[in-house]
Amino acid sequence: MARVDRRELAAVFAGGFLGAIARAEVAEALPVHRGQWPWATFLVNVAGALLLGYFTTRLTERLPPSAYRRPFLGTGICGGLTTFSTLQLELLHLLDDGDVLLAGSYAVASVVAGFAAVALATNLVRQS
Amino acid sequence: MSVAVVLGVGVLGGLGAVARFLLDGTVSRALPGRAFPFGTLAVNLSGALVLGVFSGAALRGDAYEIWGVGLVGGYTTFSTWMLESHRLSEERRDGLAALNLVGSVVLGVLAVWLGRQLG
Repeated sequence: MARVDRRELAAVFAGGFLGAIARAEVAEALPVHRGQWPWATFLVNVAGALLLGYFTTRLTERLPPSAYRRPFLGTGICGGLTTFSTLQLELLHLLDDGDVLLAGSYAVASVVAGFAAVALATNLVRQS
Repeated sequence: MSVAVVLGVGVLGGLGAVARFLLDGTVSRALPGRAFPFGTLAVNLSGALVLGVFSGAALRGDAYEIWGVGLVGGYTTFSTWMLESHRLSEERRDGLAALNLVGSVVLGVLAVWLGRQLG
């Protein structure tokens, strides 16, 4: 394995710590019921994609290089806040229940909204 | 959530994020010059498999919060998956971007299903 920068790992850990707690709090506030749109996952994912598009574009294209901002804000906070695995488990639950239309809508809406959020944040930073 | 559960989610979420960072870096270094984001795909599919195992094992309550939401949620990422797809599209690699978006969803559901069979 390549040499690991422990301070970089600490920044990722600290961001992941905060992001995961934020996501758990949103999930507790908006519990998911079988057969319904999983709002908590949808909202944290789209918000996290927006933030990552903003942070990454700003840090790589607008600000002088900084060693720990991107690992903390991008890899840590946005990565900890958003989830791929829960989205997939929710899709499987909807398919289990025969809600093919809801599963399809949820998958398409998540991908379209997440992609659009990154595009929007990227363009906002570049135009500013 | 009790304070202990919140702290547990945070610590395991932090460890999950570190694991993602290390695996993504290892895969990316093993496949230099590849435009396709195999590192994030490896993280997300392995995380979906593990969450499927937890689901199959009927992990509930605080244990699910800490291990499922904290560790696996901190490990997998939606935001990087979207960012990398967007950047591929910006580089006029729309085919790869579409493959990354659609392929991840299809393989992800299969990974979670497979994990549940194992759990």
